Amino acid sequence: MAQVTSIAEEQTSTPLSSSKSITLRISRYNPKHDDSSIFMEFTVPYQKWTTVLEAILDVKKHFDHSVAVRYSCRQATCGSCGMMINGKPRLACFTKISELNSNVITVEPMSNFPIIRDLAVKFERMFDSHHKIKPYLIRDDTELESDAKEFLQSPKEVEQYIQFANCIKCGLCNSACPTMATDSSFVGPQALAQAYRYVADSRDKGKDSRLKMIDEPHGIWRCHFAGSCSQVCPKGVDPAMGIQLLRGYLLGFRS
Amino acid sequence: MRESTIMKIHYGTAIAAVALVAVHVLMRLTQGFAESLEYESVLANYKFVPYAIMLELILVLLSIHGFNGLRVILLELKQGRIYEKAVSYGCLAAMIGLIAYGSRTIIVVNMGLV
Ligand code: HEM
Ligand code: SF4
Ligand code: FES
Repeated sequence: MAQVTSIAEEQTSTPLSSSKSITLRISRYNPKHDDSSIFMEFTVPYQKWTTVLEAILDVKKHFDHSVAVRYSCRQATCGSCGMMINGKPRLACFTKISELNSNVITVEPMSNFPIIRDLAVKFERMFDSHHKIKPYLIRDDTELESDAKEFLQSPKEVEQYIQFANCIKCGLCNSACPTMATDSSFVGPQALAQAYRYVADSRDKGKDSRLKMIDEPHGIWRCHFAGSCSQVCPKGVDPAMGIQLLRGYLLGFRS
Repeated sequence: MRESTIMKIHYGTAIAAVALVAVHVLMRLTQGFAESLEYESVLANYKFVPYAIMLELILVLLSIHGFNGLRVILLELKQGRIYEKAVSYGCLAAMIGLIAYGSRTIIVVNMGLV
């Protein structure tokens, strides 16, 4: 049996021998004992395909394991790794270093979210708002009864909402929204887009209760058409359009 | 009042104001700018009843629109139950105050009390 003389070579997609490198500036902040955030700089090698998340994980592996970052799927599916990358809300696992065209990459926690530590933020407010709009089909009958049939939809009916069903609850839209920045009670583009997703679903019967929920002083009307939510959404959800379509119901253009 | 009702009024007053302000501007174009601000000319405008009614309408529409807009801005600026109540009722009171004061001016001049 071969003798183990050193720790096994780590499998990393960004070998340290890579010829190109960038400066990764990571915002460090622990609200428990820091007055303000500071930036720590690391020189990180990268390849054409290296993502910002991989660069951060490289820093954790080789320089400072205490950097706090939330991630899971690494494939733009779980919605965990949202952060400000060079000033714009993006998914770290879905942003390649090479596409940023910069030798310096600054990562900060998402705006409009309270910071837990470093790059990890609290999602409670967004999840509360999401929960408030009842993100499930509302109707009296169910497909689960023994003799019930599944609720069929035509391709046209699916088209009405399917784009909005792609939301991964990453919060990038809420982070980009200017109203979210000042109005601590605003429902936010994420929840509004999901309200539309269910209201526009032909199987759903909960339209009136959902519309009532968002038709309040800190509801849908506090959107001022900035459109930044749709610009940053990594899943093409277009919350801004969902909000305008929802407004159509409230203004009587749609039923 | 439902927020959607308030916003319907907000958009409605804006559209109506565009039309009425356009008429108002066109009327003013019939005179030179300085001339239109002459004391006698201003009085004459208020005495021309259809025009005075239109000015009154613009006053009402834009007071509603403007103070509701102010309410929206203030609600987004800061949150809190007491603050929000104060903003809503404060804006309503200011709206009524401005409409009352403007209407007084129009009525007083129209009836030749100055
Ligand atoms: C006649 C032309 C006007 C039109 C078409 C118009 C239209 C609008 C619209 C559509 C909004 C809603 C914007 C949003 O929700 O983001 C708005 C908001 C507002 N308007 Fe007007 N408006 C006009 C004139 C005025 C005037 C003369 C005043 C001042 C007395 C005013 C004061 C406001 C304020 C304070 C807001 C709230 C700010 C905001 O929501 O962005 N508007 N207006
Ligand atoms: S709408 Fe887009 S940006 Fe907003 S939470 Fe969903 S996936 Fe993220
Ligand atoms: S790690 Fe899951 S979305 Fe980025």
